[in-house]
Amino acid sequence: MTYVVTQACVDVKDRSCVDQCPVDCIYEGERMMYIHPDECVDCGACEAACPVSAIFYSYDLTPESEPFLEINAQFFAGIGSPAGASKLGRPGRDHKFVASLPHAGRP
Amino acid sequence: MVNPLSVAVVGSGPSGAYCARLLSEDGSLDARVDVYERLPAPYGLVRYGVAPDHQKIKSITASLAEILEHPRVRFVGNVAVGSDVSLDGLRRHYDAVILACGASVGRRLGITGEDLPGVFSATDFVAWYSGHPDAAVDWFSLTAEQAVVIGVGNVALDVARMLVRTADELRRTDVPEHVVEVLAATSIREITIVGRRGPAFAKFTSKELAELGALESADVVVDPADLILDEEQEAVLAANPAARRVLAKLRAMADREPLGGARSIRFAFACRPAEFLGTTAVEAVRFERSLGRSSELVDVPAQFVLRSIGYRGSRLADMPFDERTGTVPNDVGRVIGPDGPVPGLYAAGWIKRGPTGVIGTNRPDASETVRALVDDMRAAPLKRAAAPGDPVDLLGLGGKAVVDWAGWRAIDRAEREYGERLGRHRVKLHDRTRLLDAASAAAASED
Repeated sequence: MTYVVTQACVDVKDRSCVDQCPVDCIYEGERMMYIHPDECVDCGACEAACPVSAIFYSYDLTPESEPFLEINAQFFAGIGSPAGASKLGRPGRDHKFVASLPHAGRP
Repeated sequence: MVNPLSVAVVGSGPSGAYCARLLSEDGSLDARVDVYERLPAPYGLVRYGVAPDHQKIKSITASLAEILEHPRVRFVGNVAVGSDVSLDGLRRHYDAVILACGASVGRRLGITGEDLPGVFSATDFVAWYSGHPDAAVDWFSLTAEQAVVIGVGNVALDVARMLVRTADELRRTDVPEHVVEVLAATSIREITIVGRRGPAFAKFTSKELAELGALESADVVVDPADLILDEEQEAVLAANPAARRVLAKLRAMADREPLGGARSIRFAFACRPAEFLGTTAVEAVRFERSLGRSSELVDVPAQFVLRSIGYRGSRLADMPFDERTGTVPNDVGRVIGPDGPVPGLYAAGWIKRGPTGVIGTNRPDASETVRALVDDMRAAPLKRAAAPGDPVDLLGLGGKAVVDWAGWRAIDRAEREYGERLGRHRVKLHDRTRLLDAASAAAASED
């Protein structure tokens, strides 16, 4: 069980969630934020902080948003568990599904 | 600005710890931070408020420990500001003091019968099952058949869940053995969780509600009639995705076939508590149930009642305090006294903003307070009032049983060892004397 960032974050990245996460487990991709499922402690601060309601507890995912459970988890393949987004910095990439999404306002 | 900057933080819960981190991490401040804690153990409501079966949230203590272990931070445990040391004393010996002492008292309803035996504050029940040193072992016996929990926040769901946990489930947590024995032997069969307003105004989260629904030891019963919403509640739902998720869960629960178990947890909404009934002890709670334009009186039988309508801060020593809100008057963290801002005195966390938000909410809150403090220190170069030296010694705490970080680590080890002996992961020491004995064993082994 974990909180999950979903598609509404793509190309928004408000980052209010990052300021509230007590364990610094929300990592920054190029186009969206990702929650580390093994580092998240289920506190729920991020869900309430997100201005675009992009964050859900895994129980609350809908069939459309359900794939983001895997997308958040797979983002950390090859990264492991750095125990802190500020320690890691920005990995400079996205999950391949997110990277392939069309950019709003561009052809 | 004086250099190094010395700051006392009162309270070692999340907001105090986050203030300590912000001050200690900024190398340009060269701050020395002493975190005062009235209990022998740190972490405030993370240790004594977060439900024992929420061990994942409790794992936040690992990141709080990192903060309190920082070379510029010192844990000063078992020292109560207001009795062991005065707030004025702290203000004389530190450049700044941050009040982060939280809000740990349960609110009262102010209705007839509230002091009948059997009516308790949920915060006292939480303190008891969390092994708080101020909670007597025999506070609760739980020989009732029917219980009522007044309030619809996450704490209301915590206490209801704890009342139906099995002995096996409880032994996987860190609650003291006397708590396992009392909870596992309870005769309570029916728990009614009552909200004053309709379900759209419920304060618990859909996550906590889902956890309640997943319990195998109790049926969760929701009356479909309670989920017919008026215009006001429809408007709340339209504006609030979290409330929509809660309603969807309640609807799914209302549709569910009961498991037919021995215990049930029932929700009742739109019921305003009017009176506690009973002669020598509570026998029922009288509610005024709203029926749109009219209302009716409903008596719910209960021999055990927990009011869970929120926390409230309490005045500590001679600090400025607003009795109405239960908070310290402040402007972005600068404490405001009767004559205006009090130089060098700040507030953070629940004592500053009231008991709202989750643990993480305290991070931006602490940032605001520390920003105000640092701005003030940079704007007005201070001259230290007290002679140089260690404030803990200057305040005369040398002879007292101060629990330092090594002492806490020894308590932590003792709790793990005690747990192992009982075949459990960890068991909390709930008795102040035993906590202090465990802490001083560390001091003795270091000498």
